[in-house]
Amino acid sequence: MGRPILKQPERDHKIDSHDALQGLREALIAAGETTRKEVRVCCGSSCISSGADSVREAFIDQIKELELEEDIGVKRVGCHGFCEGGPNVVVAPEGIFYQHVTKEDVPEIISETLLEGRVVERLLYKDPATDKRYIYKRDIPFFKKQKRIVLKNCGHVDPADIEDYIKVDGFEAFARALTGMTPEGVIEEIKQSGLRGRGGAGFPTGIKWETAHNTPADKRYIICNGNEGDPGAFMDRSVMESDPYSVIEGMMIAGYAVRASKGIIYVWSGYPLAVHHLSDAIAQATDLGLLGHDIMGTGFDFNIEIIKGAGAFVCGEETAMIASIEGKSGRPRPKPPYPAVQGLWGRPTVVNNVETFATVPRIILNGSDWYSKIGTAQDKGTKIFSLVGKVWNRGLVEVEMGTTLREIIYDIGGGIQGGRPFKAVQTGGPSGGCIPEELLDLPVGYESLAEAGSVMGSGGLLVMDEGTCIVNIARYFLDFAQNESCGQCSPCRIGTKQMFKILDDITKGKGEPGDIEILLELSDALKKGSVCGLGMTSPNPVVSSIRYFRKEYEEHIYEKRCRALACKPLIHYHIKKYRCKACMRCLRACPVGAIIGAKWQVHEIDQSKCIKCGTCMKVCPPRFSAVECITGPIEELGEKGE
Amino acid sequence: MDNHKLNKILLVFEGKKGSLISILQRVQEEFGYLPEEALSSIADFLSLPPSQVFSVATFYKHFFLSRRGDHIISICQGTACHVCGARDLLAVAEKILGIKTGQTTPDYKYSLERVGCLGSCALAPAVLIDDEVYSKMTPDRLKELLTGDLDKIKAQKTPRT
Repeated sequence: MGRPILKQPERDHKIDSHDALQGLREALIAAGETTRKEVRVCCGSSCISSGADSVREAFIDQIKELELEEDIGVKRVGCHGFCEGGPNVVVAPEGIFYQHVTKEDVPEIISETLLEGRVVERLLYKDPATDKRYIYKRDIPFFKKQKRIVLKNCGHVDPADIEDYIKVDGFEAFARALTGMTPEGVIEEIKQSGLRGRGGAGFPTGIKWETAHNTPADKRYIICNGNEGDPGAFMDRSVMESDPYSVIEGMMIAGYAVRASKGIIYVWSGYPLAVHHLSDAIAQATDLGLLGHDIMGTGFDFNIEIIKGAGAFVCGEETAMIASIEGKSGRPRPKPPYPAVQGLWGRPTVVNNVETFATVPRIILNGSDWYSKIGTAQDKGTKIFSLVGKVWNRGLVEVEMGTTLREIIYDIGGGIQGGRPFKAVQTGGPSGGCIPEELLDLPVGYESLAEAGSVMGSGGLLVMDEGTCIVNIARYFLDFAQNESCGQCSPCRIGTKQMFKILDDITKGKGEPGDIEILLELSDALKKGSVCGLGMTSPNPVVSSIRYFRKEYEEHIYEKRCRALACKPLIHYHIKKYRCKACMRCLRACPVGAIIGAKWQVHEIDQSKCIKCGTCMKVCPPRFSAVECITGPIEELGEKGE
Repeated sequence: MDNHKLNKILLVFEGKKGSLISILQRVQEEFGYLPEEALSSIADFLSLPPSQVFSVATFYKHFFLSRRGDHIISICQGTACHVCGARDLLAVAEKILGIKTGQTTPDYKYSLERVGCLGSCALAPAVLIDDEVYSKMTPDRLKELLTGDLDKIKAQKTPRT
């Protein structure tokens, strides 16, 4: 909730021209031009789940109690992307960045930082590798190496206050396009910028718009694809929650460019806060006359509606999404005709991803020249990745195209937790592949990742260390694919199921010679025979991991070993007799009573009862370290353990 | 089933094209699941064959055809959660509640579900209890949540790690 800067009557005033928008912006900036301090509390989903709401309330209450409202403002802002350390609080204008803030910390922040100008040391971000503490957000390596274009408002702008957005050039791009450019001019600008679809496939956005524009029709539609069902990716959620205005502004520009009068945002069902903020943003924009009939007196009509998905990943595929919006089961259809020619209700429809739409206003505002200079010759601009897994700094990172994976994982992510060795990085979620260490210097881009056997996808980056089993991850993604297959075409419906079955057997020690070959054969069939991208790309995690980590598959199949000690059926816990001090600790802790022994009698694990929960290893005192976890056939246990 | 409530929902959608999914969502919000009689009434209302309404209702993961528990425990099985032990959490929850994933306890107190991805990947593993995300979950904390008085725990609202 932003501070109500303008009184209600002025809000009723419609923005009926470009001048009116600029006038309002100047008035807002002038009204906010004070030297007062501001506490910015991140209220993204992740920070809320860590307690950000109570922190914000505590700030508001205590500042009110101290009668400091005139001097200190409290603002709710969108996600900083550094969700690991939530709730995040930034003290502006200095930019002091506090992490893991609880409501108990609030009095201290007020008295120390806000009133005395001193930093509360313990709340600062500490680099886990070097133990160095950082005061300012801009100095933290996680932020320093990023290039935030799409995420520029996240962490700065109140996602529920349209005036806060207008202050930072909000709707300026739309007003300029609407009043100063032709639809063809807008399309040309987007084409020149080199922007490609950020949903994963990378189709040139300008060409998509041009196709829809050039197809004769009585009506056209704009659809924003916010069905981010990709496990491990949450950039779209974050953008919709933190900067909903940029998304709708991008859609408005697209609407003007292709002469559409209706936009639809299809949001993943599990994102209630995104739906909430987008609805608010649409209502406020409508109030101000930025959406609706005859916008800025140009005769352009545009409205936006939100549709909540019902939990089908496949609806992220554009034709399935359109079927779903039409009230049918979300099953993809063969293309062509492409939606830009024949989409929703048979009309030309532009379907773009959230991130793509959020990029559009930046391009119109700064020009295609500016945008096309960012990135590489092939891939322009920036891409947001969700960096998760076994790295120190997890969260959302926006980097220039062409940045290497090593820079993302080590410079921004801070490297692998505990300084353990890196094993692989999985890019692109269920459609992507595993990339080994020797390719870490690969610059990110649509083609470079495809050459390495993976995809950009929506931008998930899952970092794995030695404790993550490659076969298990491949099994995981195929389990996901077979669950999410819509069942329409047999290569996908039966293929993913069979591949999952084989992988499941391999991780259970039931793999057979020839399994790898069958997996590759099935992969080929899926790639060639599936109707949509879900089926075609679902074998990628398997094919790429066989390509780079075939040895691990072979170990699982032929030696029944899992070197990551992650596949439970292939591991055993064992007590080293010569180290066991018969202290009874593990014996008492074992939840299933699988440990035999007594005081003064060395303990032993009854393998037939053991459920491999690892409790015994956790409770065994480090000075004894008598419990070990080993892999391989159980018959080898005796000789190995002694 | 309260026909009056259903009719009230349907009235809102009078004359709106392609509104089947939105209707189903609203009805489920109202009743907690999709009662069979409701599906037939919706088919009549939209002049669609009941088979089509059932087809849509069974296609999407978020529609439920039987009564669910007062509390919905959804354990995230996204990639990041998976590598941080989400499968173990599911096993723990099944054991504590004595039901399989996708089932509801006989007293209709809990339903246990797996969910694709909650988007709380940086705070993995995550568990969604009703509409609140609990991050960096451990088997011990989950046990505490599921064996304790959930209403009381939620009232205190300290999903801190």
